[in-house]
Formats: sequence, structure tokens, C-alpha cells
Amino acid sequence: MKWRVLLVAGAAVIATAALAWAETDEEVEAHKQVLDLTGAFTNDGFKLRDGHWAGQIKPKDRAVIAVNLYSGNQYWFSVAAANDKAKKIAVDVYDESGKPMTTESYAEGERASAGFSPTTSGQYFVAVSLVEGEPSTVCLVYSYK
Amino acid sequence: MTWLACASFGFAAQPAPLSQDQLAKAIKTDALTIPTPGELFAALEKPGKPDWAGQYRTPIPMTYRNRAQIALNLGGLIGDGFIAVEAQDSQQVKNIGTDIIKLAKALGVSENVLARGNSINEFAENSEWDALHEELEATQNEVKASMQSHQDQDLVILVSLGGWIRGTQAVSASVIKNYDEQSARVLRQPAVVSFIHSRIDDISMDLRSEPLVKSVNEQLAGIEKLVAFQSGKGPTLDEVKKLNEAVTKLMDEIQRKEDAK
Repeated sequence: MKWRVLLVAGAAVIATAALAWAETDEEVEAHKQVLDLTGAFTNDGFKLRDGHWAGQIKPKDRAVIAVNLYSGNQYWFSVAAANDKAKKIAVDVYDESGKPMTTESYAEGERASAGFSPTTSGQYFVAVSLVEGEPSTVCLVYSYK
Repeated sequence: MTWLACASFGFAAQPAPLSQDQLAKAIKTDALTIPTPGELFAALEKPGKPDWAGQYRTPIPMTYRNRAQIALNLGGLIGDGFIAVEAQDSQQVKNIGTDIIKLAKALGVSENVLARGNSINEFAENSEWDALHEELEATQNEVKASMQSHQDQDLVILVSLGGWIRGTQAVSASVIKNYDEQSARVLRQPAVVSFIHSRIDDISMDLRSEPLVKSVNEQLAGIEKLVAFQSGKGPTLDEVKKLNEAVTKLMDEIQRKEDAK
């Protein structure tokens, strides 16, 4: 299984390199970091979406990304920063009206994940916040099964 | 796994709700906001594996000349690829992989995409179904990246749209065959259609005025209503049939050869 995680991570990095004109070095690094984090979920049968969002967030600020989820699936949203200037990151999930959802969470410094199993299909919002630290470039991906 | 072992784990304390302004300003990207057909199929499989082979369609023409039509059909073929992966049918995956590469070549995409065809064949040969899921999505993203670098960014949304229509056609047909309200709930996806619709409104006037794109865009408004079921309640069998008729009509129009310029 490990070779497949490496293959997917490698392919994603190659794809990132192909789009280097559009991404900064820090975004590429944050992407690498988050792919490293999601390896654990892949080993647990979760499939990794090939798409990602990367950008900069400031302390106490958050980026909100719209996603569309299906009831019956389990999801893990994972985020990582490009470096340790970010001291604490949080990931939260909200329903289409903006109400926060109860999630399972993992957190360690510049990396965090939120697990969520929707009971209703539709639009949800994933918020990535920099709780502590200096302005940082982060990358968000998600896995499902 | 090491990271997970060291990390703090638990149920997150609930933060404050998002304001209407935050919801309105949320980032929407093709790569994360539009789900893959694979995600939709995974959700449908939870109560029991559907007859995926029953959702195959006859091969589509490979000789389209209209670039918008090629992009829409390329998305549809990627949807077919996901169906074949769910059916765990190696030969069908290889056939579709070959067709994906033929259509991609017609759009003049990069060598990277063509190399994906070999990977698809190899994974299919070895029955690596999870790897194929990721390879199909990676192929789609590679096609889109190549389109962007060739100033064809307006075609990107059409690839996503083709995949969404084909996925919704297969899932609605499968739900009709063995209806239960719980399974039918996966078809609730108004925000996906609304997002695609808004992206099509952003493409160049020339492309939007092409008869096929114009017709598809007009029909999307009706389809958006057909997938806007009340939250927490699944669609009735009649509602699923109406949706299936609408997406099948659209898919037929997309794959019809006469529409090619």
C-alpha cells in the first residue's frame, strides 16, 4: 500500500511542478506536507482527491472553501503549512447555512485534520484558521471513502 | 501513522457559525468544489453494490471536431472510466482509457496526459482499483492543466460538466432500478449545478454562443431545480425518473455526432 501512497504523492508533486507558473514555492511545500499527512488515511482505505487549495492565511484569520459532499461517505479534510511559522492550525466544517458541524479532529502544530460523515448530501464549507503563529501558506486536501 | 500517534485527537469544540457574508465569499474551485464521479459512486455503494456493468453505454464517436464537444465528451468518458472501475472490469477500463487518450490527443494536450494512458492500462491489468480511481482523477486534472497552459481554460469547466452529467445519469438510472429513499439522497446537489452554471456564464461569448454549449447551459437551469430536493428528505421515484430523463437527453445531445462542426 505504501508504494501507492508514494506514487500518488509523486504524481501530485509532478502535477504541481507542471503548474509551477501558478504556484509559489511555499504553496508547493505546503502541498507536499499535507500529502505526507494524508498517507495515514489512504492506508485506511480513504481515496485522496487529486485537487487541492493553497493560499496564505493571517493570524486569527480563516479561509473558507466550498465543497459538495454526499451522505453515506466519510471525509477527512487535512491542512498543513509550508513551515513552522504556523504554530497552530484548525480545520472546521459547516453546513450550507453556516452552522458548525461536529467533527473528529487531529491536530499537531502546523498540521490538522477534521473527519466528517454527512447525513445530508449538499454543499458544505471547510474553514482553515491560523490560531497561532505568523502569516503562513497552507494547503488543503480531502480524502473520502 | 507516526504523526497520528503523536497528535492530539478528539472531537472538536464547535466554533461560531459562519456569517452570510463569509458564505457568499467562500472560495469555489473546480478542483475541490465539484466532486468526482468516484465520490458519488462511493456514496451510492454504501447500502450495497449496484450493477455497475448495467450502466455501460455503447462507445461514442472519436471523430468530433468541435473543441467544446470534445471537452464535454472527455468528461463523460472519465465518468465512464469510474463506472468501469466500480464494476472492476479491466478490459472496459482499458477500452475507455484508450478512448480518453484519443479525445485528449484531438485537443492537443500535453505528453504528460498521453503517458497517463499507459498507467491506466497497467493498473487495470493488475486490478489496482483504488489506484485507478486516483489515476482517472489525475488524468482529468492533467487534461485541465494542459488546457490552461494552452489558453483553452474556457474548456476546463466543460470537462467537469461532462463528468458530472455522466455520473448523475448512471447514479439516477441505478437508483431507479432499485429505488430506496436513502440511496436517492445522494442525488441532492444543487450547489454543484449552480457553480457549474456560473462558471459557464464566465466563459467567452464566442464559446457560450456555440449551439451545443448554449443548449447545455439552458438545460442546466432546469436540472438545477431537479436536484434541489429538500434537505434531509430524499427524492421520490418519479423525481429521480425526471432527473434521469433530463440528464440522458443532455448526454445524448453531447455525444451526437451531427453536432460537431
